[in-house]
Amino acid sequence: MMKHSRRRFLRGLSVAVALAALPVRLMARATDAFRATKLEDANKALFGQLPLVESDAVNLKIPAIAENGAVVPVTVSTELEGVQAIYIMIDENPNPLSATFELGASSPADVSTRVKMGKSSMVRGLVKTRDQVFYAAQEVKVTIGGCGG
Amino acid sequence: MAADIKLRGKIKDGVAEIKSLMPHPMETGTRREESGDVVPAHYIEEVVCQHNGENVLRAEWGPSISKNPYFAFSVRNVSPGDIISVRWTDNLGESGSGELVLK
Repeated sequence: MMKHSRRRFLRGLSVAVALAALPVRLMARATDAFRATKLEDANKALFGQLPLVESDAVNLKIPAIAENGAVVPVTVSTELEGVQAIYIMIDENPNPLSATFELGASSPADVSTRVKMGKSSMVRGLVKTRDQVFYAAQEVKVTIGGCGG
Repeated sequence: MAADIKLRGKIKDGVAEIKSLMPHPMETGTRREESGDVVPAHYIEEVVCQHNGENVLRAEWGPSISKNPYFAFSVRNVSPGDIISVRWTDNLGESGSGELVLK
C-alpha cells in the first residue's frame, strides 16, 4: 500500500514537473498583436522599441491585383542572416497582423501562404533579427473582398 | 476531428521545400449565415513543423489566413529518409497533423 501510493505520488510529481516546464518551451501567443486594429499597435506589441527599416533585402512575392480577396498568395523570403521570425501584415484588414513564423536556428527565411483581404491594401512582409526589423511593402488591389467569406 | 494535413516535399541541395494543405474552415467570426446568425470564429492558431522530431518552425495565425490553408516552408540539412511533420491547433482546441518521409 505504502509502495503503491509512493509510486503514484512520484508519477504525479513527474507530471507536475513536466507541466511546470511547459511555459518555458511554448512561447505565449502574440495575442495583443493579433488583436491590434492598427498597424502601429501591432508593431509596438511585437517589436517594442526595435527600429523598423524598409529594405530591399526582404523579398515579397504577391500579385499586384487580386481578383479574389479570399485567397491572396503571399511569399516572404530573405537572404539576411540571423532571422528569428517572419511576419505578414495587411494594413487595411480589421486586424492587420495575419501571421507570424518563428524560425529555428537553421531554418531558411522563406515562407508562403495565402491570406484574406477585405479590400485593397498595402501588404507587408517583416523579418526580425536580434536588434532590428526589416520590411518590404507592396500594394495589392482587390477586386472582390474576401473577409465576408 | 483531426483532419489530416497533405504534405509534399522535395530535396534540392540539402534543403527540403515543403508544401502543406490543411483542410480547415478558417472562420473569422464576422461572417453571417443567410439567416443573419454570425458564424463563430474557428481558425488555426498555431502550426508547429518538425524535422526528425526537432522543432524547425512555429507559426501563429490569425483568422485572415485563407480557408483550407496552404503553407510552404523550407528545412535545411535534410537527407532522404528524414521525417518532416506538421501539426496545427485551432482556437477550439482541435488539432490536425501530417507526416512526410523525404525521398
